[in-house]
Amino acid sequence: MSTITVKVEFGGGLELLFGNKRVHSISLPSSVPTDGTIAPSNSETPPPAKSDDPPLPINGPIRDLTNGPGEAKTKPLDVQYLMHYLRTRLLTERPELFMEGDTVRPGILVLINDTDWELEGEGAYEISDGDDIVFISTLHGG
Amino acid sequence: MAPTSCALCQNAKAILKRPKTGQQICKECFFFVFETEVHNTITQAHLFEPGDRVAIGASGGKDSTVLAYVMKTLNERHNYGLELFLLSIDEGITGYRDDSLETVKRNQQQYNMPLKILSYEELYGWTMDAVVAEIGKKNNCTFCGVFRRQALDRGASALQVDHIVTGHNADDIAETVLMNIMRGDIARLGRCTQICTRGEDTIRRSKPFKYAYEKEIVMYAYFKKLDYFSTECIYSPDAYRGHARTFLKDLEAARPSAIIDIIHSGEAFELREDVKATQKQQQTCKRCGYMSSNDLCKACTLLEGLERGMASSVITDRARKKLDAVGPAPDNLRTIPHFRSPRPAVSIQSPSQQS
Repeated sequence: MSTITVKVEFGGGLELLFGNKRVHSISLPSSVPTDGTIAPSNSETPPPAKSDDPPLPINGPIRDLTNGPGEAKTKPLDVQYLMHYLRTRLLTERPELFMEGDTVRPGILVLINDTDWELEGEGAYEISDGDDIVFISTLHGG
Repeated sequence: MAPTSCALCQNAKAILKRPKTGQQICKECFFFVFETEVHNTITQAHLFEPGDRVAIGASGGKDSTVLAYVMKTLNERHNYGLELFLLSIDEGITGYRDDSLETVKRNQQQYNMPLKILSYEELYGWTMDAVVAEIGKKNNCTFCGVFRRQALDRGASALQVDHIVTGHNADDIAETVLMNIMRGDIARLGRCTQICTRGEDTIRRSKPFKYAYEKEIVMYAYFKKLDYFSTECIYSPDAYRGHARTFLKDLEAARPSAIIDIIHSGEAFELREDVKATQKQQQTCKRCGYMSSNDLCKACTLLEGLERGMASSVITDRARKKLDAVGPAPDNLRTIPHFRSPRPAVSIQSPSQQS
């Protein structure tokens, strides 16, 4: 299982929801569950590792999911998954100001490698290693 | 997805989808069309005359920071011949306005414009911190809004400018149209879409970003790496406007032209004569001389409530009557200073200032 590292940046006041930190470097598996479950926390502050092996983030959810012998469905890592990951793992307060339903709240701009995400397929964009993803709120004071 | 090339120059990679038109354009074309549309707004409305002294109402936030940058750019590019100033109001909100004023001070250096800061404390004898300590968070936006409007006018008088420009954008104006419809405020509905209004001392007030989408303003600031401040005011935001804003953003997500469509609707409303006749005549405030539709202007009324310890009761006309019933206003009430210095400036030199 390979890992993808992505740089996530918050601006326009959105950083206040994420511990007032603007730039985060996040490592995620290149293949993720399709059903919206989130891999266990692994990236920013890796738990004190006993070995040099990278943590295997996919372990947790798969174990939780096994209702039967069927295997969990996966998809390549995309922005959709990243948003859910950020909300579940990184957001420290007021999740309703970040997401609404399955996407970012209207009024939040997303740039993928400095391009409007509306040109990149929005949530369906498949993340590559080293991508730079910026979330900016337009909702804060003029 | 394969990279799209710019719909305008057909050359560079598109980086933005314009909400107004759906066009996909590159960074350089975006800068150019954004600036040119603001220029067209300014020239079509004949906002300025050469030699005008213009104050930019600067909060340190995204809209006014981009406005200062674009005004400076256009003034140089198209030889408007304007003298530009930054005018900031210090509401006296610790941990909010003091930080954003630091941004304005940096803008002053970056854009090389004179800056005037005028405080509520200086004008009214009350900071917003003190107002909130007195009345609580409910309704405090009413005080702040009324006080800010007058403070901008008085600051402009002190700077002896002809014109104040503010960073109100298309989203703000569409929001205000919706709010005025929902409140049934016919007088404001008629006024709120005007690009230029005339305030105290015949100082004009304009909104060069009237047709500029918030999304594009934020994108512009991002790609130009402009230095702006973005924190929500620590006293609860205007809840009513918040609902209008959420509603508008939901509409925009479904159909981006909604914002400009609502502005056009607002512009197209026409008041029937008999409706106009019921509106109050403009007069001047008996206490401070500011324009007003009652004997006392809003700021003097609110200030009197604060001074007499009855602030929560002066938001409505009915409550105002209650205040009057308690007794006449004491004689020693504060008069809001005016800064109405004689027009030919004493010390500020500007050969072309009189028009």
